[in-house]
Amino acid sequence: MTDLFNPLTGTVLDEDTLCSFGDLCRLCGVPADLVLEMIDEGLLCPQGTTPGEWRFTAIEIKRVQTTVHLQRDLRVNLPGCALALQLLEELEELRRLRRIR
Amino acid sequence: MEYRDYYEILGVDRDATQDAIKQAYRRLARKYHPDVSKETEAEKKFKDLGEAYEVLKDPEKRAAYDKFGSNWQTGQDFEPPPNWDAGFEFKGAGYTGGTDHDYSDFFESLFGRTGYTGGATRRSTFQMKGEDQHAKIVIRLAEAYHGSQQNITLTRATVEENGRVTTRPHNLQVTIPKGIIEGQRIRLEGQGMPGMGGAPAGDLYLEIAFAEDPMFHAEKRDIHLELPITPWEAALGATITVPTLGGRVQLKIPAGSQGGKKLRLKGRGLSTATKKGDQIVTLRIVVPEAKTQEQKKWYRKMAEIMPVNPRNTPGF
Repeated sequence: MTDLFNPLTGTVLDEDTLCSFGDLCRLCGVPADLVLEMIDEGLLCPQGTTPGEWRFTAIEIKRVQTTVHLQRDLRVNLPGCALALQLLEELEELRRLRRIR
Repeated sequence: MEYRDYYEILGVDRDATQDAIKQAYRRLARKYHPDVSKETEAEKKFKDLGEAYEVLKDPEKRAAYDKFGSNWQTGQDFEPPPNWDAGFEFKGAGYTGGTDHDYSDFFESLFGRTGYTGGATRRSTFQMKGEDQHAKIVIRLAEAYHGSQQNITLTRATVEENGRVTTRPHNLQVTIPKGIIEGQRIRLEGQGMPGMGGAPAGDLYLEIAFAEDPMFHAEKRDIHLELPITPWEAALGATITVPTLGGRVQLKIPAGSQGGKKLRLKGRGLSTATKKGDQIVTLRIVVPEAKTQEQKKWYRKMAEIMPVNPRNTPGF
């Protein structure tokens, strides 16, 4: 199955990545409602004022995907996901700082 | 086919209550959830747990499974005895719950697989986009700096003609673009799990991690290096050859530099066409040991002709 001559090239989700409301739902396979609830919960802070103008970052794409996994696999509700995500992001930062020292 | 000990996977006794099984599953699912866990093989362990729980949480399946007896061990070659499932009703009924997990051959040959085993009519109308797949890939800093090609191997479920699902290793060669940084993800559209009923495949997300480097470490786009220098290089200034991920460059140390001073080599970090990272060089002054009488004399002379109080701040 390996194609050594035509390596795959993907899209890098980097600090410039911005996706629309619709893109976010499609990318993560989630209904618009979940995104709205996540905004209410403070998990997502899109740039732009109206839903049509909303733009989400790469970190927010990951947050939605992790939320989906946590809800599906561990039956965590949204406030629980918010807490877990906050702690996970803090933990990642602490691990990074520990590696540097 | 290899036998799987579901009790062992969940860490419970064979006579555990349904409640104990549920609690064990929930505890271990939190521990090994791939989004939460840093354990190696968390993903595999999490899948194994799901499979074990799928069987043991259902009294009917559990009873059928228990009929094989307790003398089997995980990995042992196993064929179910004929009519082992006589008297049980789950055959063909598929799961009690769960999404499109990829279960082991052991599980599927015993309990079947919903979504696939439902017959031709169901298969032709049932459509579902494939699951996204998430994987971490560890690369060297130099590979991030220059960009590279990486060979990766993933376990991939494929749906065969007869609707059966088999898992096999799937090799991919992926382009890692120049200037990628730790924690960033590459999305490969359509490279996730295959879809069902003609629906598109899911996507593959590769998260970048860096292998430990003996010399450099990265902080976002900046590359850090500690540079050992002598006291006279620090005091008098010097031009020193320093390594960067892109090769050696000359760095000018200004006269009167102190240990801990940071010097910036612009554009020598993890850069893309539009974003620039720098290399930050931190000076570390190495104090020569005074071993001989003559060397000690020189230190004493230094103390005499350039007296200094480095603790001339409040608190000392």
